[in-house]
Amino acid sequence: MPERTLVQAVRDALYEEMERDDRVCVLGQDVGRKGGVFKATEGLQQRFGAERVMDMPLAESSIAAVAQGLALEGFTPVAEMQFADYSYPAFNQIVNEIAKVRYRSNGDFSCPLVIRAPTGGGVRGALYHSQSPEAFYCHVPGLKVVLPSTPADAKGLLKTAIRDPDPVIFLEPKKLYRAERQEVAQGEAALLSLGSAAVVRQGRDLTAVTYGYMRAVTMQAAAKLRPDGIEVEVIDLRTLRPWDVETCVRSIQKTGRLAVVYEANRSGGFGAEVVAELAERCFASLDAPVSRIASPDVPAMPFSPALEHAFMLNPDKVADGLRRVARY
Amino acid sequence: MLEAYRTVLRARALDDRRFVLNRAGKLAFIISPRGHEVAQVAAIAALQPGRDRFCLYYRNFAAALACGFTAEELMLAAFARAADPSSGGRQTPGNFGSRRRGVVIGSSTVGPQIPKAAGIGLALKWRGEGALCYVSFGEGATSQGDFHEGLNFAAIHHCPVIFFCENNHWAISVPQALQVAGPGVAERAAAYGIPGVRISGDDFYAVHAAVFEAAERARSGGGPTLIEAEVLRLQSHSTDDDQRAYRDPAELAAEALKDPIPRMRDALITRGWLSPQADQAMRDEVNREVEKATEAAEAAPEPEPGSLGRHVYADA
Repeated sequence: MPERTLVQAVRDALYEEMERDDRVCVLGQDVGRKGGVFKATEGLQQRFGAERVMDMPLAESSIAAVAQGLALEGFTPVAEMQFADYSYPAFNQIVNEIAKVRYRSNGDFSCPLVIRAPTGGGVRGALYHSQSPEAFYCHVPGLKVVLPSTPADAKGLLKTAIRDPDPVIFLEPKKLYRAERQEVAQGEAALLSLGSAAVVRQGRDLTAVTYGYMRAVTMQAAAKLRPDGIEVEVIDLRTLRPWDVETCVRSIQKTGRLAVVYEANRSGGFGAEVVAELAERCFASLDAPVSRIASPDVPAMPFSPALEHAFMLNPDKVADGLRRVARY
Repeated sequence: MLEAYRTVLRARALDDRRFVLNRAGKLAFIISPRGHEVAQVAAIAALQPGRDRFCLYYRNFAAALACGFTAEELMLAAFARAADPSSGGRQTPGNFGSRRRGVVIGSSTVGPQIPKAAGIGLALKWRGEGALCYVSFGEGATSQGDFHEGLNFAAIHHCPVIFFCENNHWAISVPQALQVAGPGVAERAAAYGIPGVRISGDDFYAVHAAVFEAAERARSGGGPTLIEAEVLRLQSHSTDDDQRAYRDPAELAAEALKDPIPRMRDALITRGWLSPQADQAMRDEVNREVEKATEAAEAAPEPEPGSLGRHVYADA
């Protein structure tokens, strides 16, 4: 199997799905000639032409709306928002239109499409290239939300998302785009189903539920706790809507403790939903209060390296938070 | 032509009945097409329901009839019944949708259908079968960014789209002077390098001709057209609004005398296509139809409460 970075895996998923099904098309700003600002669509326009890989005007609402129009007509568009922070001009199209098409037409219409967007910080992107807006979209019935953390997961989940009959918001942690290489399967063997979490580290003392870039940070934090005799079980959710409650419940029944680690602002974040659901489901199994380990409630990640560092979770901060839960 | 007139009469009679039912407490919320009916039916009559796509907005009650919705179906929507073909009673009754009729399900937000129609137009262009997408909206929607984004995209890619603005000069209580800078909506087409025309929406022939010409252009690869049809809003914005609170009584009284339906009737009579007797017979027929539709819709079952969670996703 070839070794791929996460961004290469995204590109491979698009390439394979476009080869497989000529209804699949790609649209967004700079996705064509340039191949995307992160190179996620590199070479696609040369292979598939300027219609199937379309450079769009710089207007996110119409990127979402045109994708919706194509989907309503039986095409399978994969729209790129250049940064997740810039998906907000398309919010009405995504939330009021795309997400509700099936429901409001009582099943007469559907809108199968994918909206990809790089998410998260730690790349000196500052306030408007670092946000983690997954909670906005996770709040919307009708949408599915995927946030992978490895090349293989990104490829498998994107291929599945493209084949899904419902609209999928596919958030790609930009800090991980080139962080690691991994062997990635090709073709049908790469497919992964949505809504399935991965237990990426076994442990008996504490369950840490995480996703995206925080998976790697949580894994490093878990390694730091090992000398103290604390064994952390780490679960990467991979899909946030629908999310894999059962895998988390099984883990908490074993460990009796839960922390959720996420990169977005703490309040009203997706981790709050995870904590609430699991507290409801696992109350009798819990030996300690459930905990959120998240970014501070400031508007977004600043540009200054000192402030960016102060904002971002890192292995030390996460280890401190996990230790508190383990020692409660 | 007489069929179009019958559709106009049907729209008016149904709407009148809906208002009575609203005041009687039987219907929750209605948006009236009163004053727009002739423009809407003339526009759709120039197109090909079944082949073309229609992105309608909430005042397009008469347009929906012209696209093939029946009186009973629209009454089912007004009563929010399970058999409402647009949404099974989920949306307010101005959100029309029917896949088999090419009517793309709408929502209640203002303007999102405009760039969506551009995307549908792109798909139709790719398919190359000569179909087009018709999208309508009020002049209030032209203040939205989506208006610009939709026209811009459709013009860049020569999408077969007809942008049809029903300018009744009022967005609820905000007059055109506070809504639209410059002389009107049609002039904006020039900025996108596409044809823009302003016509009297009271004139069936003018509307039909403008839409027909735009359709020929769209079908032959000539790209989109912006049409501004000036119409009168002879009713308040909705049943929850009373325009007497913010409009000049003299102006309202003057507008009430300019109802486009008598004008259409007179034109048909002048051409010898309709007699006063035939007109009355047609009105009686339409009234009976409305009576029947109302009875059937009122008696139809409401949605099952257990269906609340259906159609959120494909598998539910």
